[in-house]
Amino acid sequence: MAGLELLSDQGYRLDGRKSTELRKVQARMGVFAQADGSAYLEQGNTKALAVVYGPHEMRGSRSRALHDRAVINCQYSMATFSTAERKRRPHGDRKSTEMSLHLKQTFEAAVMTQLFPRSQIDIYVKILQSDGGNYSVCVNAATLAVIDAGIPMRDYVCACTVGFVDETPLADLCYAEESGGVSSLALALLPRGGQIALVQMDARLHQDHLGTLIEAAMTACKCVSKVLDEVVRQHLQETSVLSRE
Amino acid sequence: MKDTPMSNCERDFILKAIEEKKRLDGRQTYDYRKIKITFGTDYGCCFVDLGQTRVMAQVSCELVVPKENRPNEGIMFFNLELSPMASPAFEQGSFPSPLVYPLQLERCLRNSKCIDTESLCVVSGEKVWQIRVDVHTLNNDGNLMDAASVAAIGALCHFRRPDVSIQGEEVTVYSPEERDPIPLSIYHMPISVSFAFFQQGTFLLVDPCEREERVMDGLLMIAMNKHREICSIQSSGGIMLLKEQRWKDLKLTCDLQNGDFVPALENPWRKAGGRCGFAESMPQERITALKTDQTAVEMTDVSETASSIVQTAVAPPQTVPSPSVPVPGVGQVGEGLRNTWGLEEEEEEEEDVESYSDEEEEEVVILYPETTKKPK
Repeated sequence: MAGLELLSDQGYRLDGRKSTELRKVQARMGVFAQADGSAYLEQGNTKALAVVYGPHEMRGSRSRALHDRAVINCQYSMATFSTAERKRRPHGDRKSTEMSLHLKQTFEAAVMTQLFPRSQIDIYVKILQSDGGNYSVCVNAATLAVIDAGIPMRDYVCACTVGFVDETPLADLCYAEESGGVSSLALALLPRGGQIALVQMDARLHQDHLGTLIEAAMTACKCVSKVLDEVVRQHLQETSVLSRE
Repeated sequence: MKDTPMSNCERDFILKAIEEKKRLDGRQTYDYRKIKITFGTDYGCCFVDLGQTRVMAQVSCELVVPKENRPNEGIMFFNLELSPMASPAFEQGSFPSPLVYPLQLERCLRNSKCIDTESLCVVSGEKVWQIRVDVHTLNNDGNLMDAASVAAIGALCHFRRPDVSIQGEEVTVYSPEERDPIPLSIYHMPISVSFAFFQQGTFLLVDPCEREERVMDGLLMIAMNKHREICSIQSSGGIMLLKEQRWKDLKLTCDLQNGDFVPALENPWRKAGGRCGFAESMPQERITALKTDQTAVEMTDVSETASSIVQTAVAPPQTVPSPSVPVPGVGQVGEGLRNTWGLEEEEEEEEDVESYSDEEEEEVVILYPETTKKPK
C-alpha cells in the first residue's frame, strides 16, 4: 500500500508509538467466580480472556495421565467477531490448533507440574478482539489466570511480538504492522532467569539482525513482566482488603 | 499402538553421555548424519535418507479456483503424513506431539515465500495452479523435520508443471508430449536444522537421533537459506537459556549445513531433465540405475556398410530338408550344425556308459548310445 509507512523518519509508528514502546496493558484478575482462575488482559486493542481449571483429576482417557507430572491441556479460540472479517471456525482450524500447542508447550515449561502427578490443568484462552500479537496476549493473560488459580509457577511467563523494519526492531506489533510483511518474532520469556520458553519466527530475516531482535524482544518481555507483577500485587491487595472487611 | 517406553537406566545413560559431550553413534555435538538425496523417475519425487531416517516427498499440481481474497495467487498445500510405518508412536489422529511437524514444515515453506505463487496464476479469479506437496515418512530414526524439509524443497525444485497457453477465453493445458513442462519459480531454498537441547540449553545437539529425541528437553528448529537469511525459528518444549555465544554457534552450524545441502540439491535440476541418480555425491546402493548414460554411435556411412554386408553374405538355403527316420522312434529333420566344441569323432564313440555294478543290484541295464550319421 502506498503511503503506509511502518516507521516514519522521526521514528514514530502508525499509532504514534516509538519503536521500543509497548501498547498500554490493562488487566483484571478473578473475573469469573466459577473457574479456579481467570484473567482478562488488554494490550492496546487486543483483548483476551483466560480461564484456568485445575489441577483436577484426569478427564477423558485415564491412560493419558502421566505418573510423575500434571498434564496441561490448552485450548485457544478466537471469537467470531474478533477479526475484521467474521471468522467461520472459532476453533479446530489449523491456526488455533497450532496456537494451542504452543501455549501448551510454554506452560508445560513454566508450571511446576511435578507437584501434581496424575492430574490435569486446563487453560482456555479466548481472543475477544484481535489487533496483532495474539500469541503474546494469550500467554500474558494465561499467566495471570494461572497465578489467580494458585498454581505454582517457576516465574511469570511474559511474551511479546517484535518486528524488524528499516534496521530497527519494533516492539509489540499491531495488526497493520504484522500483516505488512514485517518479519515478526514471538518470544515467551521467564524474565528473572532470562530463560526462553518459546521462540517463533516466520518471514525472512538476515542472520545478522537476529541478535538485535532477540535482545529487543527480551527487553520488551521484561517490561511486560513488571506490569503483570504490578497487576498481581494490586489484585492481592484488593482481595485481602475485601476479605478483611 | 504405543511406543515402547524408555527405561530409566537408558535415559540416564544417554543424558550422562551427553554431559560428557559424547553421543551414541560417535558423532560430535554439531555433526550431521550422512544424507542421501535421490530423485524418482516422475517429476517432483524426492527421497531423502538422513542416517536411517527415510522420507519421501511428491509434488503434484492441478487447476483449481483460487481463494476469494487472493484471486491472482496460486495455492500451495503441504501435507506431512506421519504414518505408523515410520514409528509405532504415530497413530491415526494422535494428538498432540505428531502434529508439531506438519505445522512446522508448513510454516517453514509457506511463510518464507520460497515459491512465487503469482506465477502460478492462469486466469485471475478463475483458474490457478494448486501445488500439493505430500511428504511421507517411511522410517523415523530422529530428526524428521530436517529430512522432510530437504525432501520437500528438493521435490519442489525437481517438479515441472504442464505448460498452459491462453487464447482469449480458452485455456489450453499441454501434455508433456506436446510441450515441455515448466519448472516452478523458486526464490530460495529454506533448509531446516534441528537442535535438541538438554538441561535448559546447556547442551545442544545437532540432528538428534531417535533415542536422543526421546530424552531431550526440547527442540529448536532454525530454517535458513543460502543467502544467510533465517526463514523460520521454532522452539518446541522446554525452557532454554540462550546466551549470545550460543546464537552465534547456531548460526554457524546452519551456515555449514546450507553449504552442504544446497549444492547437492541444486545439481539435479540444473542437469537436463533432472532425471538422474547423483553419481558424485552419493553412492548407488542399488544394482539398477535409474538412467544409463547415452553413448555416441557412429552413424555416418551406415547405409553403405549395411548394403555391402548384405550383398557379400551367403544366401540362406531355401529348401527345407525332409524328415528321416534312422531308428524306430527317432525322427530327424536336417542334419544339425557341426559340433564346434572341438571334440573328435573317436572321443564321441567312447561315450559308452559303463555301469558301475553294485553287488546288491543284479538288474543293471547297460545303455549304448546310438551313433547317428555325421556330416563330412
